[in-house]
Amino acid sequence: MAITLKEVDAVVVGMGWTGAILARELTKAGLQVVGLERGQDRVPGEDFILPAVRDELRYSQRLELMMDNSTDTLTFRNRPSEQALPVRRIGAFLPGEGVGGSGIHWGGLHWRFLPADFRIRSAIAERYGAKAIPDDMTIQDWPVSFDEIEPYYDRFDKLCGVSGQAGNLRGVRIEGGNIFEGPRGDHYPNKPLVASSAGLMFASAAKNLGYHPFPMPISINSAPYVNREGITLGACEYCGFCNRTACEANAKASPNVTIMPALRLEPKFELRTRAWVSKLNYDKAAKKVVGVTYTDLRTGDEYEQPAGIVVLASYVFGNVQHLLLAGIGEPYDHATGKGVVGRNYAYQFEAGAQAFFADKHMNSYMGSAANGMCIDDFNGENFDHAGLGFFGGGYFSCNTPSAPPIGGRMLPHGTPLWGSEWKRATAKWYNHACRFGTEGSVYANRDNYLDLDPTYKDALGRPLIRLTYNGTDNDHKMSRYLLGKLERIVKAMSPTHYQMEPRPKNFTIVPYQSTHNTGGTVMGADPKASVVNRYLQAWDAHNLFVEGASVFPQQHGYNPTGTVGALAYWSAQAITTQYLKSPGPLVHA
Amino acid sequence: MAEETIPRRKFLLGAGIASTAVATGLSQAEPTAAAAAQALASAAAAPAAPAAPQPEPLLALNETEHAFIVAAVDTLIPADDLSPSGSDCGVATFIDRQLASAWGGGAKMYRAGPFRKGKPEQGYQLALTPAEFFSAGIAAANAWSRKTYGHDFDRLNPDIRVAALKAMQEGRAEFADFSSPAFFARLLAIAMEGFFSDPIYGGNRNKAGWRMIGFPGLPATYINLYEEYRDKPYIVEPRSIADFS
Repeated sequence: MAITLKEVDAVVVGMGWTGAILARELTKAGLQVVGLERGQDRVPGEDFILPAVRDELRYSQRLELMMDNSTDTLTFRNRPSEQALPVRRIGAFLPGEGVGGSGIHWGGLHWRFLPADFRIRSAIAERYGAKAIPDDMTIQDWPVSFDEIEPYYDRFDKLCGVSGQAGNLRGVRIEGGNIFEGPRGDHYPNKPLVASSAGLMFASAAKNLGYHPFPMPISINSAPYVNREGITLGACEYCGFCNRTACEANAKASPNVTIMPALRLEPKFELRTRAWVSKLNYDKAAKKVVGVTYTDLRTGDEYEQPAGIVVLASYVFGNVQHLLLAGIGEPYDHATGKGVVGRNYAYQFEAGAQAFFADKHMNSYMGSAANGMCIDDFNGENFDHAGLGFFGGGYFSCNTPSAPPIGGRMLPHGTPLWGSEWKRATAKWYNHACRFGTEGSVYANRDNYLDLDPTYKDALGRPLIRLTYNGTDNDHKMSRYLLGKLERIVKAMSPTHYQMEPRPKNFTIVPYQSTHNTGGTVMGADPKASVVNRYLQAWDAHNLFVEGASVFPQQHGYNPTGTVGALAYWSAQAITTQYLKSPGPLVHA
Repeated sequence: MAEETIPRRKFLLGAGIASTAVATGLSQAEPTAAAAAQALASAAAAPAAPAAPQPEPLLALNETEHAFIVAAVDTLIPADDLSPSGSDCGVATFIDRQLASAWGGGAKMYRAGPFRKGKPEQGYQLALTPAEFFSAGIAAANAWSRKTYGHDFDRLNPDIRVAALKAMQEGRAEFADFSSPAFFARLLAIAMEGFFSDPIYGGNRNKAGWRMIGFPGLPATYINLYEEYRDKPYIVEPRSIADFS
């Protein structure tokens, strides 16, 4: 029997980036907010300390900061006709766990989508004709424009202290930045980090080929920075231990560093960790949620937490699972194409290359994995797709190689993987290699979706989310095209050896690719094709706001976090300035 | 094994000490091009060559399994001018400790049934924890080795060991009720972890793996060195977690 607690103004489910942003903005508006996080608390200064954070085995291989699959996972299959099986250890993507969520171990790549991305279906139809869009490609326009969201991108930039070089400031193009980006209201808070050897070589080769290289925008402060919460962030130490771990210099932005110190001082906020929300309590007739039920993992007690507003801010899979279990919104039915919850799941279609330079010292262990040079010439609608047979694209990058010795070693293909010959080759090439990536879009397809697994359950006895996903013909064609263009740049760098790394035919859940899962509770203007409206308010429960990348209608050719953070601020603004005055649907469809 | 009259543990220890002496001597007398600069640069600061390792107590492996692991890691990472052998670098100790750790016991792993064979794209689908997987895999590998070569793997001569591991890697070794390439892949992965992880876990002894590739270990910071060493060799005595503790 659950113990019913006193009602609060708002409860936030999940304390990653979006949960922390919403909790902060709602407390600023005077609301009493409870944050529920099923994982542990993680506190910089206690949990992010030298030398413990510089441990590749613990963090990168044994995945210290990632979700615990012994209690929760998902099932996976490539096609609807196949039997889905549980992901027994996460691999392809690594959702985080605990306060900060995936915002602790991310690489810090901090992008904005292109103006045309926000109206991609319309943009393609205008340029190539509506019939050019394949029937099974279920892409749709976002219900917000780039110009509307831009101030919120800026707000998130100034929370994180993003380092970068503007390429379009209020309509004025700036060479050396990304000339394809939408007009920015302001510069990046910080200058770019110092470029790596490989990055400079890439930029020079790309420029000679007529492209437009620029430093990758990253949430890693190049200098100490006081953010919009008044918190001082540190400067990057170029330590080389960045991905999959925490930053003890407080230079890589995380919720723990940028917001939580302020929230912890806020008397209107209460954080409850090891509090696993089992369900959203939904009053279907009233089209409202009345609160949430959670289990305190320390005691085993079950609680009902009534709340005026529920902010659903868990990871993509958790958001979809909560809505399906609560019966909020019509579940997507693959057979008919009807329904919305679970629809338009998308991912990131990455491919790349490796190059080896016998006479260059890359010193790969210095720097930050995200610090790189890139081009955006083949992203979104930045190039003409007429006659290409696909839509979409992605940016190309040459990152600081950041080659941790267990997971980051590179060798020319064909080299033995063990024995004395392997040792000689590893000693020879370790410090002489670099890596390139193409961050391909995934344009939603009717065959890729999320639903509830009929067999496997989590530790609370709830059905696991079932992921049905495979790369589409469109996305494979797109990726091959990008790799062809990338290969020209790599060749122009005159490496001793290089090798292209195309995507395998089938998506596989095993090797890490990216944690860029999107969709399933997509935002839109039409309730028949979306779960939430333009303010991330659920169409079927006006006091429920669903945050995070699960609202992306499709995934574009960039890392998602910049847009995730911007949408969280945009949604928070709608709640505090519109919803609180007049609780009810903010959009009438 | 009736034929094996020397107790395994003593046999191994003897072999281990001998090969350590040889490997240490080699690596000091004849540093290679790749290692030379580092060896020279670090000679002043480097401690004396480590003493021959004491026998490590076994936490997870039994002696037969340990003998297999020692023979395997010494084949994957043979002693040569670039480093001592895998076991002399502590890789077998590392594996034993990892298999005894929470990870080895299946921590953070979804272990609910039903258990079904999936496609390779669906990843690992066995009920076995890593410790159980290695125990079953070693038994299968030794059974195959006896059938094919007449002896357990650790009793094969070095050339045959190489051939046997290749057969497993390529899936030509037909284990009874076990996948030889899956076993090999995990064996190689954990051996590499042991060779290149921080020495606090028992492997990468004397930072031999890091020295081999020129990985400097943990920095406090590179902010003041990043531009200075752009495209220049950066040669330092590597530092580990213990050096900062």
